[in-house]
Amino acid sequence: MLDINNLQASVEGKAILKGLDLHVKAGEVHAIMGPNGSGKSTLSQVLAGREAYSVDGGSVTWDGQDLLAMPIEERARAGLFLAFQYPVEIPGVSNAYFLKAAVNAVRKHRGLPEFDAMDFLTRVKAEMKAVGMKEEFLYRSVNEGFSGGEKKRNEVLQMALLEPRLAILDETDSGLDIDALKVVADGVNRLRSPDRALIVITHYQRLLDYIVPDKVHVLSQGRIVRSGGRELALELEEKGYGWIGDSGEVHHEPPASGATR
Amino acid sequence: MKTATPARQIDSFLEQEYSAGFETLLEADTLPKGLSEDVIRVISAKKGEPDFLLQWRLEAYRHWLTMTPPHWAAVSFPEIDFQDIVYYSAPKKKDGPKSLDDVDPELLKTFEKLGVPLHERARLAGVAVDAVFDSVSVATTFQKELGEHGIIFCSFSEAVKHHPELVRQYLGTVVPPSDNFYAALNSAVFSDGSFVFIPKGVKCPMELSTYFRINARDTGQFERTLIIAEEGASVSYLEGCTAPMRDENQLHAAVVELIALDDAKIKYSTVQNWYPGDKDGVGGIYNFVTKRGDCRGARSHISWTQVETGSAITWKYPSVILRGDDSVGDFHSVALSNHRQQADTGTKMIHMGRNTRSTILSKGISAGHGSNTFRGLVRIAPRAEGARNYTQCDSLLIGDQCAAHTFPTIEVRNPSAQVEHEATTSRIGEDQLFYAMQRGLTAEDAVSMIVNGFCREVFKELPMEFAVEAQKLLGVSLEGSIG
Repeated sequence: MLDINNLQASVEGKAILKGLDLHVKAGEVHAIMGPNGSGKSTLSQVLAGREAYSVDGGSVTWDGQDLLAMPIEERARAGLFLAFQYPVEIPGVSNAYFLKAAVNAVRKHRGLPEFDAMDFLTRVKAEMKAVGMKEEFLYRSVNEGFSGGEKKRNEVLQMALLEPRLAILDETDSGLDIDALKVVADGVNRLRSPDRALIVITHYQRLLDYIVPDKVHVLSQGRIVRSGGRELALELEEKGYGWIGDSGEVHHEPPASGATR
Repeated sequence: MKTATPARQIDSFLEQEYSAGFETLLEADTLPKGLSEDVIRVISAKKGEPDFLLQWRLEAYRHWLTMTPPHWAAVSFPEIDFQDIVYYSAPKKKDGPKSLDDVDPELLKTFEKLGVPLHERARLAGVAVDAVFDSVSVATTFQKELGEHGIIFCSFSEAVKHHPELVRQYLGTVVPPSDNFYAALNSAVFSDGSFVFIPKGVKCPMELSTYFRINARDTGQFERTLIIAEEGASVSYLEGCTAPMRDENQLHAAVVELIALDDAKIKYSTVQNWYPGDKDGVGGIYNFVTKRGDCRGARSHISWTQVETGSAITWKYPSVILRGDDSVGDFHSVALSNHRQQADTGTKMIHMGRNTRSTILSKGISAGHGSNTFRGLVRIAPRAEGARNYTQCDSLLIGDQCAAHTFPTIEVRNPSAQVEHEATTSRIGEDQLFYAMQRGLTAEDAVSMIVNGFCREVFKELPMEFAVEAQKLLGVSLEGSIG
């Protein structure tokens, strides 16, 4: 489904991705782990099309299409979803309005009838229940004044509503307490299906206690340096990133439970 | 990467064309350029005015000659040559339209194109319209229906003819001719406008609306609006404006006076879409307007709501004099300046009565090379025991070439007064656009959504039909019925 070949990308002239290869099949869940600064977030931003990141070489093919040639919103409409590490606040725009606009943009693209207000509310309320969000969050401005955990729940809510074909979770687990972590994991697990692929980017193994990946990759200095099964994550947990040998960076302890950033 | 970047898409969004920029070709009765006592006499004679009004105009003109244009606003433009302006231009016709059948079909078409149908069949539901084209009113709808309630809604010229006593009693009592340079000029040469009188105890059963259209070349539009709400009366009044696209600047110097007696309420809403000039700042309307309301009676309430998207330069401070005890003044404003537009706008709340209250809510949006200034004055007079004001000024910047300024002045001469001021400045961030686009929205929709969210508190104050128009004007789609 997704084929990344020799991808090279830089930000502000600084090379970050230096020949990254990754192949993801439909139905699979891949975990990408790596120390800070290894290029994890750059990978997610490049796949989503952020302009501040320039692609210097390589190719990304998604369902036979040249992903890198697609505009940001076309990627989104075609089913690429990025759960943000730091969800953005949009003052004055209600969450309900934002979600409805997004869902209908995607539905329209897929040739489905757009939701009217009633259909949408029924749908969104059911999904909110599943992620443990109170209804009041519909009527608050997008992410404004949300706690770290609430923002991440809101990301998972959007992911569920938009029914992506390829979802990328960029350190969605960082700074979450165990309850919120379970919500994120549950959201991912509910989305698993034979025609979807998920890429879970994480610094810590603990999310993988709840989301069992088909493959685990270790990213270091802009390349995938090791790939394996779930056991690779456990090995990393045990030995730290220093063990992968070439980065010199060490594994930091996870933040205390409940901490937010 | 070949993706369309948010920044580039914002640019194209901001460069949307002005859609009301067409010109109507009509035979017009136009005076030569220039201003003198003779010109004023001709205007007055053409309108068959009583002598008191001619004398009033001449006095204003003589005072104007002693004045100089104000330079304190944060706007810059070449000196205006006041002898290079046409002060009177009217579509040629017989003795003034008796009914819509007498109105030139070209004119009706013009207003239809602008979305202001004047035909019986197509009239805006529940809105009475006075359509002003260049210097004269071409039609006022629903007059008969309103007359049954004792309401007078007509062009200013008709009011002078049929209700001279009311005009004489109230004209210039809120904005005296000597008030400022442009008000003096307007008093000397005003040619038409709207007149509204709501008698004691009457709640006006429909929205009243005036649509101003500048068409003729080199013509200034100097209209005069006078709205009087007697004891316990209430009215909601809307004003819309457009002009053709032209390379030269045109002057629009209007005066609006509102008078609210005891327990009366006047709600005045404006959607101003004068031609703003092109993206390099060539052409456009200079909108130098004096708008003031007088809460003359106890418990009276005057509310200004404005959405200012047009004009090359806007210089406008709709104000309220809170004379009556317990009277209330509101000012809700959205001002957008894009390309080379300059807006210096705000309000004055003059608290004179006891327990008077005022609210100022200003939303300034600057884009392109636009400059947006909020200028406000809150004055609490010594006898205004218990007066309260709340001011909120928010600025939104789109791009990095624009400017936003806030100049609030607060003068408190009574220790019991409570005055609050809040101000914020924010920018539509690349991160916000990226976030919205990653969810499937186009950059255009994302900007619209953010701008619309920013303006929501003000749009809420507009009557429904205008709220829709205002949102369209800002290039925004209507926020759904939820949220």
